Amino acid sequence: MVTSDGNRAAACQANAPAAVRNKIEIRDLRLSYGKKEVLHGVSFDIHENEILGVIGPAQSGKTSMLRCLNRTIDFTADATWTGSINVDGEEVGRMRNVYELRRKIGMVAPLPVGLPMSIYDNVAFAPRCSGMKSKSELDGLVEKCLTQAALWDEVKERLDSLGTKLSGGQQQRLTIARALSHQPEVLCLDEFSIAIDPVTTMRIEDVLKELKSEMTIILVTNLVQQARRLAARTLFLWEGEIVELGSTESMFGPNPKDKRTFDYVNGIFG
Amino acid sequence: MESGPTLFGETALTRRKQRTEAVAKHVFFAMALAMIIPLALIIGYLVVKAWPALSIDFLLDPPLRGMKAGGIWPALLGTIYLVIVSLAVAAPIGVLAAVYLNEYAKDNWFNRVINLAVINLAGVPSIVHALFGLGAFVLAAKFGKSIIAASLTLAVMTLPVIIASTREALAAVPRPFREACWNVGATRWQTIQSVVLPNSISGILTGIILQVSRAAGETAPIMFTGALFFKAVERGDLFAYSLTDQCMALSMHLYVISTQVPGVPEALPYATAVVLLGAVLLVNITAISLRIHMRARKKW
Repeated sequence: MVTSDGNRAAACQANAPAAVRNKIEIRDLRLSYGKKEVLHGVSFDIHENEILGVIGPAQSGKTSMLRCLNRTIDFTADATWTGSINVDGEEVGRMRNVYELRRKIGMVAPLPVGLPMSIYDNVAFAPRCSGMKSKSELDGLVEKCLTQAALWDEVKERLDSLGTKLSGGQQQRLTIARALSHQPEVLCLDEFSIAIDPVTTMRIEDVLKELKSEMTIILVTNLVQQARRLAARTLFLWEGEIVELGSTESMFGPNPKDKRTFDYVNGIFG
Repeated sequence: MESGPTLFGETALTRRKQRTEAVAKHVFFAMALAMIIPLALIIGYLVVKAWPALSIDFLLDPPLRGMKAGGIWPALLGTIYLVIVSLAVAAPIGVLAAVYLNEYAKDNWFNRVINLAVINLAGVPSIVHALFGLGAFVLAAKFGKSIIAASLTLAVMTLPVIIASTREALAAVPRPFREACWNVGATRWQTIQSVVLPNSISGILTGIILQVSRAAGETAPIMFTGALFFKAVERGDLFAYSLTDQCMALSMHLYVISTQVPGVPEALPYATAVVLLGAVLLVNITAISLRIHMRARKKW
């Protein structure tokens, strides 16, 4: 595990209280697709039970970074990465049971994906995959997850209908319910509001504030104001490098450490 | 020269464009219509010529009096045996291979070689398959000329097409579905089992069924490997052949009575052709209705 002191200092400078425990530690993460490097040695920590906002323009490596966290990057044939990702003290790159890792890290993709099966099965899919069979246990879990995702009241009468036939906003909440169904300890949301209306977005944001007490949340977003509303700390990623990581307050304030941060959050980036 | 073009007025240019457009449309339509003519003529001609011989007895009776009378039961039964055995071999292998190639295989030289092999196998002429079957199954594997050797030859012939059509059906299931499954910790197999296969099974079946007509229609691959000139079979006997027997087949029978036996009444070969064609059309209609059914039940 190669760690430069500079990186570590940058990672820790978010003046967090001493009691904070690191859920995920990333050190010098470099990722390439073929010969093109898209993450150039990224190092930072994610604290337990925080909402970490990740902002940055397109092509800055936000989604790629998330895909390294749960090793779904493995499914991209020409992707190679080096460095260290440590989740709860375990090295992600050396994990044998990636399925356990993926259950620990819930992932919500930008576009809603209702699986072509019933709403109930959509949510029960992950627990079934890990061997849960009891009908009453599944029933309870499905209701809990759909309630947490603010969808239960709209679908409780028609759990047998197809998940793919729901509206876009409902499907996105179904996706969140599915990500919660394997009881993750970390929830990654990758621009979850890209395909849904502002009202639904606000409802999900309220849900996230509640979930924060139960899990760590990584919120990748193109809406800088969304990071401002929700995140305690924000990471500004640009062209595969960390420009700044700090408390949301200071980054959105008049004097962030890097001028580019000020320009980006104020919409005068260019 | 015209006096100053107006915005919506007709000019020589727009008139010429309209004329070209009209001509193009009618020419294309005529070409499309021309496709129907040979089919209609073939079917019409066959049915008219075959009419005197067509009956239920023609299907169920064996050929009588040195193939100059009677029906086609042994050939029909033989074709059914060949098709069933060959698909029983080709379908599972083809589908599983396609699942591997589409769902598991990485893009490396080894899998590219497999892909290339599949594509080239599909392009091999059927007579070459026949020679391969003769060498591999009849002689080397010592099956002798038999239903099993002929069926395996047909299986080798249909396999690459089944692989290709299955891959197409699998690829029609959008990748985000797979990613959603992987994201919640499902293995590849769990993903295939619960999302990919249930949503591609009708497409896979359609592809397999279309190979039925191909296996039933080919003469060359079975000629050296298991098809027989004549075999005495009781009327309507369903279990006349065992796998190690040689058998008669519709396509071969048609060839035999049209060219090899003198004095066959004209209606008999035509009626045989009608049965072969009818069986193929029936199978294709099954495939088409399956596809319609599948579209109606599309889940996304």
